[in-house]
Amino acid sequence: MQLKQEWKQQLVDTERTCNYMRKTMLFVPGNNPAMVQNAGILGASTIIFDLEDAVAQDEKDAARNLLKNALETIEVVNCQRTVRINSLDTPYWENDILDLASSGVDGFVVPKIEKAADIERVDELLEKVLPGNEIYLIPLIESALGVENVFEILKASKKIVAVFFGGEDYTANIGSLRTKEGKEIFYARNKIVNAAAACNVEAIDTPFTDVNDLKGLEQDVITAKSLGFSGKSAISPNHCSIIQNGFYPTDKEISYAKDVIEVAEKASVEGKGVISLYGKMIDKPIVLRAIKVLKSVGMECDFTYE
Amino acid sequence: MSNKQVKAGSMESSDLVVIISQGKGLNVEINSIVKNQFGEQIKGLVMEIIEAHQLTDVDVLIHDRGALDYAIKARMETAISRYRKDV
Repeated sequence: MQLKQEWKQQLVDTERTCNYMRKTMLFVPGNNPAMVQNAGILGASTIIFDLEDAVAQDEKDAARNLLKNALETIEVVNCQRTVRINSLDTPYWENDILDLASSGVDGFVVPKIEKAADIERVDELLEKVLPGNEIYLIPLIESALGVENVFEILKASKKIVAVFFGGEDYTANIGSLRTKEGKEIFYARNKIVNAAAACNVEAIDTPFTDVNDLKGLEQDVITAKSLGFSGKSAISPNHCSIIQNGFYPTDKEISYAKDVIEVAEKASVEGKGVISLYGKMIDKPIVLRAIKVLKSVGMECDFTYE
Repeated sequence: MSNKQVKAGSMESSDLVVIISQGKGLNVEINSIVKNQFGEQIKGLVMEIIEAHQLTDVDVLIHDRGALDYAIKARMETAISRYRKDV
């Protein structure tokens, strides 16, 4: 049996975003050896070693050296390693990329991106430093201008695999108060998720900044997932398991996805065009979502369709 | 300029402080909380880095707080590059 061509392409697209799901992105200060060397075992799917806010201005060189040596030496399992470089309006970002491009880093998180030209500059430098590299970029959108331009930004570089929303700076920028409910970031979250889906990249939500309010975090994860985010950043290792579990499909979702694939396969064998499950029509988007769910939890799904 | 001195690192656990100052010949002093276990290994690593960077006429003082090799290498490299910028 063969997959329809159009479906095949969509499946490839689905796989691109699902092979690796950035559910939890944990910030780790880039100049602290104890934290850097243990980062891989804290339960995050991706580490963001921070060279920006977590490192004092006169320690940027030391942090770069530390991360370079750490990334070259320390191995991690089931965990991607990214570095948040300094923003483009500082004298540091170019050296961040120059020093770390060959270190084995998986990707760069680039802060304060406001327009397509910003991410193009980073893409160009990275390509110049290490031609043909596979290092990915994650723009950090944290201003009103960045939110308005997010679609153009995400289209600007093929290296972009995800977009990251920074709610704290954004709220300061629009002049409102940051609350736990997050009404003030509702528009930005929606706009970013929509642009991410349109460009087929993942959307990563802003961190929950109250380290000790785990109930509040749980609620915030539910909100973010329901809006369409595929993951969330964390500023404390304590937040990793709640985020990781929150974005993991529920047992109900997984079992429903399996049922969908089962009836879709059966209908395919019987040559039926329209399928129904539990009294509801099952069509292409539902099957694709089911495949996405199963792949995201690492399940084999070799569903075929004619 | 005499008595030029630079520093890199911190006294936090798993870190180390490297202090390089101008001197005559090469003097290396290592203080470590794991000196009995790893003193020789640390010294070997430090000397290797000094040689690789062809550093001469300096006093190198190290306060190690149980750093792994990668961190020792990183802090040494930072200190050497700061020293070269300063001298």
